[in-house]
Amino acid sequence: MQLEANYGYIALLLIVAIIFAASLIIIPFILSRLGIIPRKPDPVKTSTYECGMETVGKSWVQFNFRYYFYALLFVLFDIETVFLYPWAVHFKQLKLFGLVEMFIFIFVLAIGFVYAWRKGALEWK
Amino acid sequence: MNGWDWIHWLIFVVVILGFALSMIIVFIWTERKVIGRFQLRRGPNRVGPMGVLQAFADFIKVLTKEDIVPAKADRWVHLLAPIVAFVPALLVLAVVPFRDGSILADLNIGILYVVAIGALGVVGIFMAGWGSNNKYSLISAMRTAAQVVSYEVPVVLSIVGVILITGSLSMVTIVHEQQVPFILLQPLGFLIFFLGTTAEINRSPFDLLEAESEIVAGFHIEYSGMKFALFYLGEYAHAVAASAVITTLFLSGWKGPVLPPVLWFLIKVGFVFWLFLWMRSTLPRLRVDQLMGFAWKFLLPLALFNVFLTGAEVLLWEEKMASWGNFPWPFLFLNLALAGGLIVLWSKFFRLGGGRVEV
Repeated sequence: MQLEANYGYIALLLIVAIIFAASLIIIPFILSRLGIIPRKPDPVKTSTYECGMETVGKSWVQFNFRYYFYALLFVLFDIETVFLYPWAVHFKQLKLFGLVEMFIFIFVLAIGFVYAWRKGALEWK
Repeated sequence: MNGWDWIHWLIFVVVILGFALSMIIVFIWTERKVIGRFQLRRGPNRVGPMGVLQAFADFIKVLTKEDIVPAKADRWVHLLAPIVAFVPALLVLAVVPFRDGSILADLNIGILYVVAIGALGVVGIFMAGWGSNNKYSLISAMRTAAQVVSYEVPVVLSIVGVILITGSLSMVTIVHEQQVPFILLQPLGFLIFFLGTTAEINRSPFDLLEAESEIVAGFHIEYSGMKFALFYLGEYAHAVAASAVITTLFLSGWKGPVLPPVLWFLIKVGFVFWLFLWMRSTLPRLRVDQLMGFAWKFLLPLALFNVFLTGAEVLLWEEKMASWGNFPWPFLFLNLALAGGLIVLWSKFFRLGGGRVEV
């Protein structure tokens, strides 16, 4: 019971937090409708990067490939840590068996990590 | 939920909002004042005594500023991004104990929740960068995503060290288990967590997403008025949340002699924030290839080593040396020495690329 209630508290806090953040955006919106905040858009003002160079070409382009390797490595190591958390909680019951077992698991991953390092996947190039 | 539960909830929502907002205002003022002093300036000193009302003056200014939305922007993404960036910081505070029993929700997976929710702020930043339809913003958004993804791994691994000692994910239990602050038992874990968190909340020297000298202001370049202020508040709210989490995990939360627990908690949170400021004013900003290299080649191997070191020590203590006393003092000194030695050794072996690099 207490556990579900805890998640209920957090869900309600989420609603309060969203209302709080949204009100900070809605209040200026209302004030601008009332004429307290100026609202005079014009083509130059609403152009992209108003006071600087004009943008050449589209902004929504396919993006650099180098970010992809980091995402792959992240998936690998994040799944590893997902396994580490329950292991860490029950470590005192698992004793030496747990330590050796996890060492083997991490060792396999570490081989992959060293391979990626050697291949230069960690270099920004 | 019965009546008492509702009252409990109401009190703690008010406490969390009040804590977050007042700490944000205090932190903004402290940051400007302290950074000013570090740079041999005075900082704000016109509005109110010692400039304490500067934040309120800025608030009024920013509230009455025109809200400009670029014509080419994705309007809805542009509108929702500040909210998405701000809300997770408040949610993290839900599981932070202010003193014994003073907590909104003592989840049994508290620290896992912090890891999961804390990283959500980056979604807001990415939305801002993408929705603005500006190339600088997009570069900034991509960098943030890569940066948070990279630093998430060492951060999460450094927490495992703490969990191995406590055997629990609950924030309250973690504080109860700390006979001495875990910063002494886990010096390496603390350093990795601190540096990784600095990167995750995008504070200098890891604030590449708003590197003024290269991508002007990054993701909030097309924002003005209250939407911009919400990003600014969100950045500080994340700093408050990160300081509170570090206090709970490594500085034994509310515990301390003489003074009341809540005061100890506030002092420790302030101290952690001061460490952020100290680092910001001491170190220059990293370059993007150095940033990624630091996470993957420096922090990650050290974090993995820390997990096994802690595991072996916990095992040794529980099995062999439990009769020596209540507290593993030998490991305390061993860990401090090992942390210092490893950092020196690893930094000798490992060099971040210098010179000119095409990034």
